[in-house]
Amino acid sequence: METLKNLSRRNFIKLSGLTGTALTLGFGLPAFGKETEILKVEVAESLGIELNAWIHIDTAGKVTITNHRSEMGQGSFQSVPQMIAEELEVSLDKINIIFAPGNGRKYGSQVTGGSSTVRGSYQKLLKLGASAREMLIEAAAKKWSVSKAECYAENATVIHKPSGKKLGYGELVEEAAKLEPPKVVVLKDKKDYKVIRKPLPRQDTPSKVNGKAIFGLDFKLPGMLYAVVERSPRFQGKVVKFDDTETRKVPGVKHVLKVNRDEFGNMREGVAVVADNTWSAIQGRKVLVVEWDDSAFSHDSSDQLYSKMRELVKGDMISYKTQGNTTQTFAKAEKKIEATYETPYESHSCMEPLNCVANVTDDQCEIWGPIQGPDWIQGNIAGHLKMASEKVSVNMTFLGGGFGRKAFTDYPYEAVMISKEIKAPVQVVWTREDDMTIGPFRPGMVYQCKGTVTDSGRIGSYETKISGQNMDMQNPGADKTAYNGSDTEGFLEGYFNSIPHYSFGDAPLDSPVPVMWWRSVYSSTNAFAFESFLDEMALKADKDPLDFRRQHLSERYQLLINKLEEVSGWKARSKNQGFGVAITECFSSIVGEVVKVSKKPDGKVKIDKVWAVMDCGWYVNPDIIKAQVEGSIIMALGAATKHETTFKDGKAVERNFDTYKMSRINEIPEIEVHVMDNDEKAGGVGEPGLPPFTPALTNAIFDLTGKRIRKLPFSLEEVI
Amino acid sequence: MATLTLKLNNKNHTIEVDPKMPLLWAIRDIVGLTGTKYGCGIAQCGACTVHLEGTPIRSCSVPVSVAANKNITTIEGLSTDNSHPIQLAWIQEQVPQCGYCQSGQIMAATALLKKNPSPTDKDIDTAMQGHICRCGTYPRIRKAIKTASQLMSQKSSIK
Repeated sequence: METLKNLSRRNFIKLSGLTGTALTLGFGLPAFGKETEILKVEVAESLGIELNAWIHIDTAGKVTITNHRSEMGQGSFQSVPQMIAEELEVSLDKINIIFAPGNGRKYGSQVTGGSSTVRGSYQKLLKLGASAREMLIEAAAKKWSVSKAECYAENATVIHKPSGKKLGYGELVEEAAKLEPPKVVVLKDKKDYKVIRKPLPRQDTPSKVNGKAIFGLDFKLPGMLYAVVERSPRFQGKVVKFDDTETRKVPGVKHVLKVNRDEFGNMREGVAVVADNTWSAIQGRKVLVVEWDDSAFSHDSSDQLYSKMRELVKGDMISYKTQGNTTQTFAKAEKKIEATYETPYESHSCMEPLNCVANVTDDQCEIWGPIQGPDWIQGNIAGHLKMASEKVSVNMTFLGGGFGRKAFTDYPYEAVMISKEIKAPVQVVWTREDDMTIGPFRPGMVYQCKGTVTDSGRIGSYETKISGQNMDMQNPGADKTAYNGSDTEGFLEGYFNSIPHYSFGDAPLDSPVPVMWWRSVYSSTNAFAFESFLDEMALKADKDPLDFRRQHLSERYQLLINKLEEVSGWKARSKNQGFGVAITECFSSIVGEVVKVSKKPDGKVKIDKVWAVMDCGWYVNPDIIKAQVEGSIIMALGAATKHETTFKDGKAVERNFDTYKMSRINEIPEIEVHVMDNDEKAGGVGEPGLPPFTPALTNAIFDLTGKRIRKLPFSLEEVI
Repeated sequence: MATLTLKLNNKNHTIEVDPKMPLLWAIRDIVGLTGTKYGCGIAQCGACTVHLEGTPIRSCSVPVSVAANKNITTIEGLSTDNSHPIQLAWIQEQVPQCGYCQSGQIMAATALLKKNPSPTDKDIDTAMQGHICRCGTYPRIRKAIKTASQLMSQKSSIK
């Protein structure tokens, strides 16, 4: 039970325009730890009548549904309400949707990552919607003095079947709020869904075509100042001294101060220039002189990083998973191959650069921003400020992209520390150059693969050593000798039961370059290595690439392969076309993609079409799934063929979109997406479409040209 | 510092500003209209696109003094009720994901259709390839421009 009395809640309510007195239900604590009962929770604030933490109904019948996750394009703003609306029996276009503030005790984890919003909470959100509906029906039955069994709910109204009497939810909510939540609720069968599984238009679209959607960078407070920060161009530099004489002469500049940034528990240093508008702060920073001490760490260049990784994959590894004896099998085998694959470092480069607003007073801290983990930031900041967590409120705006980068706590920390120091509300703005050069980055990786095929054309053994920076080894005190379950993610998923000998693991690289999750995380690079190598093995086995995969995979995969084969016309492909396939599992969803390439009159390769089949089990909105797969493919295309972050003398080289070249509208192939229909549990949607694209593309290029691409990125212009 | 008049969406704003400040920051920080976005600051991504006397420009790379006393249209000036055919088409085709680049995309597409009411794929490529979308909404942008073109021709044939 909890009482919500903090400033954040009040402001949040003010912003969302809700009024009235309240009563709320929530999950038993720990919120998402187990299948607990729904509890009644008293709330001291005015926010309409809250039937539970996600649902508010006012006496006029206005239904407001809370989205507890961040919206960065992936569609939680639609999928969370769409699930609740189904069981609550309300129409999606009649409801108001608001963001929850950071409050892990109330909402469970709010960290929006791992494509987890639907798959992590759907059973509970459906149950919440159904509980509220049952309470409203019970309230009506009591009012009419009839049996609850004679009543049902439809379109925000309770109806008494025998008499045809009706009462709207607004007329029932006060009574309903006094009732105990039901102990057991029956959820609908999917054949009866009216809202879920329908391609309903997103509720955030209208505000995203007229400039009204408020992203972090758009959020303003009265008297707010703007800060930009000069951070060490090498990743761990310390400020020796700075000269702000010229900076302070720039009109509009108000403060210049040292500020730290919490990067995985390590403090990184910078100097903030604070002004009354963004441009003045940027101008002031241009004439700021900072002397850095870079002596305590190595100044790596890309060549050195990759040389080290190529050495590391030849040495010992921290083993993740082994079965049988790959060394012996490889030594004895007749049909065997070896290959090394390399993938680049990448910047997240969300279109909205990092930014955050903070207002710190003596006993309160309030944050607004494009944030992927509001509850996480609340805990982190409360710890640093030594404040009780309810004194720290974290409010989510829309996110102009996230891709993993905005789950990180460093940029809210900067805003908080500057606001605390200058005693005023402040917005920290990262310029595009900051966003692209400071990191953290997707780690670059090197994979060494060894495999054998049997006489019957199956995989005999499969061995891979992975080298790259392990994200979980950056925290102070992290164990760098033990396997930590991260960087083999998605590798060979689906094949473990059908390969007699396998062995793979990790030979981690140590470097000052900070690294972080990037859409689909390690799967975004692992898939390139293992799906390319599967293709090379299929060739060695003299098998059709699709059939070669098919013979090793389970029934769920078989159905997806059949669908992929059918929609892509795989069997009917002709000689002057290159077809490539890849099938990967990521965040509990399986995605198969086929890429078709051909030669242009000038002999260069062009991508004609991509077919994707997504099996994410139980799903909410097929149109959002299609949009996410389209977007994932296009993001993968950029990382495969257009851009990479390189390093020279310890600094990131690519600073803006003139050198970090993104895919453009004229470079995008036709994409056709299909969604499997089955009774599997819900899987992720925002990320799993990304991993298979690149290997499907390079496999297609091999099919057309005989040229095997083992290092990314490559230029389509240079493939002949 | 200089006193300038910005004619934004048919409304005059008198502002006290460094004349070298890019129009983008004057619109966002001084006037307070935040629909126009900062993406790169070097005219590479198109997120800051507005119309200056009807022509699409990158407001991050144009000093505010250049735009003074001229007609500027931002995303907020397209319509008061999402009724512009481009906005209708963007909703119909469910284009935006994160939505951050869409103000710029929409302003570029509006300018394209004004000049060329029935653009080919190649015309769309030429007009839109200066605009980055990290979410990858490009296929839907292409579709929505064609839908908007149809909506506009229906509208004009009714007239």
